Amino acid sequence: MSPSAAIARMMRPDSPAMDQSHPFTFAGAELVADRSGALWWPGEGTLVVADLHLEKGSRYAATGQLIPPYDSGSSLARLARLIERYAPERVVCLGDSFHDSEADRRLPTIYRDALAALIEGREWIWVCGNHDPHPPAGLGGRPVAQMEIGRATLRHEAASRLRPEVSGHYHPKASIRVRNRRVTGRCFVYDERRLVLPAFGAYTGGLSVTAPALRRLFGEDGQVLMIGARRMFAFPLRRVG
Amino acid sequence: MSLDPVEDRPGGALLPPAFAGWFRARGWAPHAHQLAMLRAAAEGRHALLIVPTGGGKTLAGFLPSLVELGERPRPGLHTLYISPLKALAVDIHRNLELPIAEMRLPVKAESRTGDTPAAKRKRQVSNPPHMLMTTPESLALMIASPDARTLFGGLACIVIDELHALTDNKRGELLALALARLARLAPAARRVGLSATVAWPEALHAYLSPEADPHDARVERITGGERLPAQVDILESRVHLPWSGHYALHAVPEVYERLKGIGTAIVFVNTRAQAELVFQELWRLNEEGLAIALHHGSLSREQRRKVEAAMAAGKLRAVVATSSLDLGVDWAAVDLVVQIGAPKGASRLTQRIGRSNHRFDEPSRALLVPSSRFEVMECLAARDAVSQGTLDGDPPGPGRLDVLAQHLLGMACAGGFTAEEMFAEVRRAAPYAALPREDFDDVLTYVATGGYALRAYEKYRRLKQDAEGRWTVADGRVSRQYRMNVGTIVEAPMLTVRLGRRALGQVEEMFVQGMVRGDTFFFAGQLLTFQRIRENTLEVTSGGRGEARVPIYGGSRFPFTTHVAQRVRDMLQRPESWDRLPDQVRDWLRLQRLRSVLPDADGLLVETFPRGGKVYMVAYGFAGYNAHQTLGMLLTRRMERAGLDPIGFLANDYAIVVWGLKPPRRIAALFDEDMLGDDLEAWMDESTMLRRTFRNVAIIAGLIERRHPGLEKTGRQVTFSADLIYDVLREHEPNHVLLRATRQDAARGLTDIGRLGELLRRVKGKITHRRLDRASPLAVPILIQIGKEQVLGGGAMDSLLGEAEAAIVREAVPELAPPERAEEPADGQVGLPL
Repeated sequence: MSPSAAIARMMRPDSPAMDQSHPFTFAGAELVADRSGALWWPGEGTLVVADLHLEKGSRYAATGQLIPPYDSGSSLARLARLIERYAPERVVCLGDSFHDSEADRRLPTIYRDALAALIEGREWIWVCGNHDPHPPAGLGGRPVAQMEIGRATLRHEAASRLRPEVSGHYHPKASIRVRNRRVTGRCFVYDERRLVLPAFGAYTGGLSVTAPALRRLFGEDGQVLMIGARRMFAFPLRRVG
Repeated sequence: MSLDPVEDRPGGALLPPAFAGWFRARGWAPHAHQLAMLRAAAEGRHALLIVPTGGGKTLAGFLPSLVELGERPRPGLHTLYISPLKALAVDIHRNLELPIAEMRLPVKAESRTGDTPAAKRKRQVSNPPHMLMTTPESLALMIASPDARTLFGGLACIVIDELHALTDNKRGELLALALARLARLAPAARRVGLSATVAWPEALHAYLSPEADPHDARVERITGGERLPAQVDILESRVHLPWSGHYALHAVPEVYERLKGIGTAIVFVNTRAQAELVFQELWRLNEEGLAIALHHGSLSREQRRKVEAAMAAGKLRAVVATSSLDLGVDWAAVDLVVQIGAPKGASRLTQRIGRSNHRFDEPSRALLVPSSRFEVMECLAARDAVSQGTLDGDPPGPGRLDVLAQHLLGMACAGGFTAEEMFAEVRRAAPYAALPREDFDDVLTYVATGGYALRAYEKYRRLKQDAEGRWTVADGRVSRQYRMNVGTIVEAPMLTVRLGRRALGQVEEMFVQGMVRGDTFFFAGQLLTFQRIRENTLEVTSGGRGEARVPIYGGSRFPFTTHVAQRVRDMLQRPESWDRLPDQVRDWLRLQRLRSVLPDADGLLVETFPRGGKVYMVAYGFAGYNAHQTLGMLLTRRMERAGLDPIGFLANDYAIVVWGLKPPRRIAALFDEDMLGDDLEAWMDESTMLRRTFRNVAIIAGLIERRHPGLEKTGRQVTFSADLIYDVLREHEPNHVLLRATRQDAARGLTDIGRLGELLRRVKGKITHRRLDRASPLAVPILIQIGKEQVLGGGAMDSLLGEAEAAIVREAVPELAPPERAEEPADGQVGLPL
């Protein structure tokens, strides 16, 4: 689907876009960008989330910044709501699921139990990221370097345009100027070969899609799906700043 | 300082011969209040000196210490002088070193600020001067050091200058806590407060009292320095008075004419953006090449010092300034104070006027330049208040918990405390005199472990408790973090503006977002072209073309005082007083009386009228921008629930306008006080103002670290998004002490809930609703503001994004676009002529 067609589709009043999520086409598959920042792939029964950064808060607490220890709880609660909503057969965590190699040992018991309950009863994939090159073994789930789903490769960090690719790592965010004001939010960004997901973790900041490291990944027809307060918004990549 | 010519006055006994001789040699005699200060010192009493700006109060504060040290020289720190201004060094020479040198007093005076080199700071502890000039922040650092007892043990006197500028803000609260600690380190030290005249002297009295007692008999209250009544004119512009706006550029030619005929003037404005624009406009007209300079808080310190020095040397004809010149050195040679835009409060106007003419036998002169019709009335009201000697402003509220958290961490660094003794000490600081024990304990727990119900951070605790119950810092890293983050001033992320090698000053990072190479803007009085951003520096070149922007800084709005607002309402209500108004304003009010009705002094006038397919509702609350802004948020929420489809609203100091698709019904119920209940709670939680406030609270309380330019780059510092933390904390622990601190802070500041509550209570049963067939004359100013700025209701983010998206849809697939609902800029001239 062309970008304008995607916009047109979204503007139809009966479209689910008015709700929480935004359907779009990528790699020949019908996908749904959820307002939470997750990707739902109905044809594969797969839910994809990127960059959970579990226990990032406690990592900073160890350096003296005693920020609230609820980030893992917050991320997992949102993930649980998604799983309830979509009932996926498979969940893929696109890497940097754990903020550091000690993160799983710091995970408070209540959150560890909550995570175990989510993993139970479905296929759970830990894609390795730069923060968690060796995802913890004791929690269940299968660590992989990358994996193929449909026509796409899922990996942590964008690497190749040879095949359609779904990745995370960059925590993209976009700003749009309107009425002399600037509205900034997390976003999905994609073109015909590449899709980068926003970070899902509660304490993860973002990198602007205009930053060279991120911008150079996409062609002129890049599209941005921005996460608003109650719905999603589509913009051509060249229009956001 | 300014002193009367020699006169015969009692008090020779108080002034030793050397001092009397010094005064005589300069052709001066001491003021009565200066002698009263000597007497208070001789009796060992604390002293609160309240004199108008320019009353020679700094010398009055120092004189007793100089006399004492002159008579009985002694080693060690004798007097600590604390000023809210960093620019102490400049004042010291004038106020202190001159008399010391000329009388050959055995007194060494030094300053200590964040800029003092480490070696000197160290020496100041091992071999202290007799008098040390410092700021609240540097004092906080000194008392947090284990050396504090050695340094301050023999302290005899603590002088706090510009005390009026230190009540009701966090810096003053931090200083109050430091004074409570000094009272334990040096119980014999006298406190001396120097203040301009204020509406709440008893609050200052309590601040100086070691027991936080507003009637403490050990504090001597000394007043003096009465001046002749000021001569205040209001510029009656010959040109068309703008309906709206606050830049007053229409009047700049007339201001320039006045400057031509006067020696030296300070042209006060209310915001930095306004300073840049007025300065540009003055220079555009400056055919005679008058020396006109610019002074505001974002300019580099070097730049500001230069202007101040030129001013002191009498080389300037005018300086355009913001509140950056409200405090500080007095210049005897200022002939006229010009206030551009309404002064917003009587006390502020009084203090600004006091910056002119310190010759005791002539009145100060001031010229007020209203920028709109409402402001004409406001200027008149403020002038009346000043001529009647009325002062206004809110009394200080209770001390804030984020400041307490910072202080407790500092005191743990100083060597530790037990909760009991620390609580007692803190309660002796006036802002914390009524602090509940529960709040103290929560703050202490927060400092120690973060204070979270999920006790996940026991092993990362910042404070540890020994067997006797003393709290101390866990390790040296915590002390280092404290030292890096001390202070209560939190600035938005800033970029240094660099023209070649020269740093011109700083602009907020937000301002340059979205700017590209070649864009132009006004800063430091010049037209600059954006080149690029490199790390924390914005590189610019001189000149340029195209539409220039002006940096706007957050939080630069002055509060509109209740007192001036009341006077404006009274004026509206009494047509017999309109003779004093210019024709344009009088005609406007007459038309209002004809077409609608005038707002009455006590109730609330609400008008509704159709316009361009929508229904507008204007309410004239006169409660100030912040309270109206909150009212707008709450009203639109309530209207949404009632199915009235509000689209947007806008507030200013005088009124609020809400527009929507359906005519509002049951107006009295809409404005019922109960909107301050659940709606308020719900709105506050998602409000961006709360987020901004939380960021400040989190930094002051040490939850997240300040940005230290340079450190980020080297990876030694990672700053955390306060927004993300706010969301998580709100979700999981809504009653956390820092969230409580945030709500309290916002209620007093950005949301001004207190004043909104007063308004709603006052107007209950007294709402006049007028259904009109078109906009009333009084509604015109706020209608014009729509389109220039627009604040949308609850889902502002989505509304704005939706608008941007719709614009793109219209462009790409017009056949699918929803019909355009133009938000027309209303009639009249709107915006800046740039």
